Amino acid sequence: MDIRLDAISHSYGDTEVLRDISLDIPNGKIVCFVGPSGCGKSTLLRLIGGLERATKGRVLQLGTPPEGCLNPLTYVFQDFALLPWRSVHGNISLVLEDHGIKGAQADTIIADVLARTKLSDFSKALPRQLSGGMKQRVAIARALAVKPAVMLMDEPLSALDSQTRELLMDDLVALWTRQSFTAAYVTHNLAEAVRLGHRIVVLSRRPGEVREIVEIDMPLADRSHGNTKLEQTQKHLWDMMRDEARAADEELLDV
Amino acid sequence: MSDATAPTQPIEVRFRGGGFAPKARRWVGLFVFVFLIGITEIGTRQGWISSLTLPKPSDVLATFGELWESGLLFKHLIPSLSRLAVGAAIGASIGIAVGIMIGLFSYVRAGMVPLVAAIFPIPKIALLPLFVIWFGIDEASKYALIAFGTFTPTVVATYGAVDNVDRSLIRMGQSFGLSWLSIVRKIVLPGAMPGILSGLRISLAIAIILLVAAEMLGAEYGIGAYILEAGSLYDLERLFAGVVILSLLGVILSTVIGFIERRLLGWRA
Repeated sequence: MDIRLDAISHSYGDTEVLRDISLDIPNGKIVCFVGPSGCGKSTLLRLIGGLERATKGRVLQLGTPPEGCLNPLTYVFQDFALLPWRSVHGNISLVLEDHGIKGAQADTIIADVLARTKLSDFSKALPRQLSGGMKQRVAIARALAVKPAVMLMDEPLSALDSQTRELLMDDLVALWTRQSFTAAYVTHNLAEAVRLGHRIVVLSRRPGEVREIVEIDMPLADRSHGNTKLEQTQKHLWDMMRDEARAADEELLDV
Repeated sequence: MSDATAPTQPIEVRFRGGGFAPKARRWVGLFVFVFLIGITEIGTRQGWISSLTLPKPSDVLATFGELWESGLLFKHLIPSLSRLAVGAAIGASIGIAVGIMIGLFSYVRAGMVPLVAAIFPIPKIALLPLFVIWFGIDEASKYALIAFGTFTPTVVATYGAVDNVDRSLIRMGQSFGLSWLSIVRKIVLPGAMPGILSGLRISLAIAIILLVAAEMLGAEYGIGAYILEAGSLYDLERLFAGVVILSLLGVILSTVIGFIERRLLGWRA
């Protein structure tokens, strides 16, 4: 299933945050959204998943979601959004219960996603017992449990320290390589974008417009740390963004 | 930074962290009780506390023993407990329900918050005659008074607790397509539980206060009636025996809530 953004514009009151954004998120690819802070990239993600309604334009699903898909558009949040009173197992079963999946059937799915995120030993742990990286892996496992057609990842690694981030990036690459998934991935970290993105959408500062779309052909598995070609791309992205990032940083926030 | 003159002695960095983290200290509470009662006992025995000021704790205990032996204790305690249980249960459950509605629906909030603010400061005891007219002199008016008194603090605590539920968790629930009812049942309610329970501590203490008030009017048996009778005879031993029962009731209720908190809120720790 593809996602198409058709001339999306969005304003909060008088403040225009997004202007005329049209692009495709093709099936099986990871599309990264980068841009200076406040450029509306997180807003765009909320629009894609239907958590907010765009002022103008439409978000379209092209094609049907794969079979067995319970929640086509599934988020992975920056702050993990795990229920602190439920165990790892309970947090995942939460999103299955409403689809009538309980008991042994749920246990099978949960065991599978926990194995894929290397969390099998922690199914009874409470979120407060887990490190940040593990919490985010639980959130990813929860997202995988509903077999999403598109994963909407809102700065999923931004709350983590740089070492954990590095490890989780490897995990994401491994997950994608085993079974490719479609994702819209919002980040302000260009290293993440060039590491995980098949396509990188650079947004300008507010009101956010598409400045450039960079395609990276290199397979995810080959993108090792310190790869010169990736570093060139990263530098190119940074050159494009530097001035805007500085200007955005000096703006007053009143959104 | 450094002085030009002779090198100074190194100074150890002064510790200035610590504190602001209360820990469980088991027997201190008991010790405070024992100490105060002990002082009173010694004072009344030696005479520097006159028997008009305070009764001897041992005499209060003896009165308590008589109450127990004559079977009067339960004759007074059982109607009081049932009034407390029924009244507080009605008040707290309606309070929690209304509080959750206020937390969830804008119109209920707009309509009810000013009303609750208007009801809250009314001394419910002043309304007792009104309740007698509405519900009769029997148990119903006592239930109503206690229920009414527990209702307002429960509402305020509950909607405050619902307001404090992490919005990102609700957003998460919506993003996974959870039904409205599931979000309320599995995210809002457990998230509001800490606030609801700490509100109940206050509501139940108020319920005990109102229990006595209700029983001071038209009740043959009950802790309140017992205290009122003792008070009008200036029988301080019996008065204090009654008061001690109320205090014990308060401590027991608070312990029960503490127990429920440990069971339900173990995830916080």
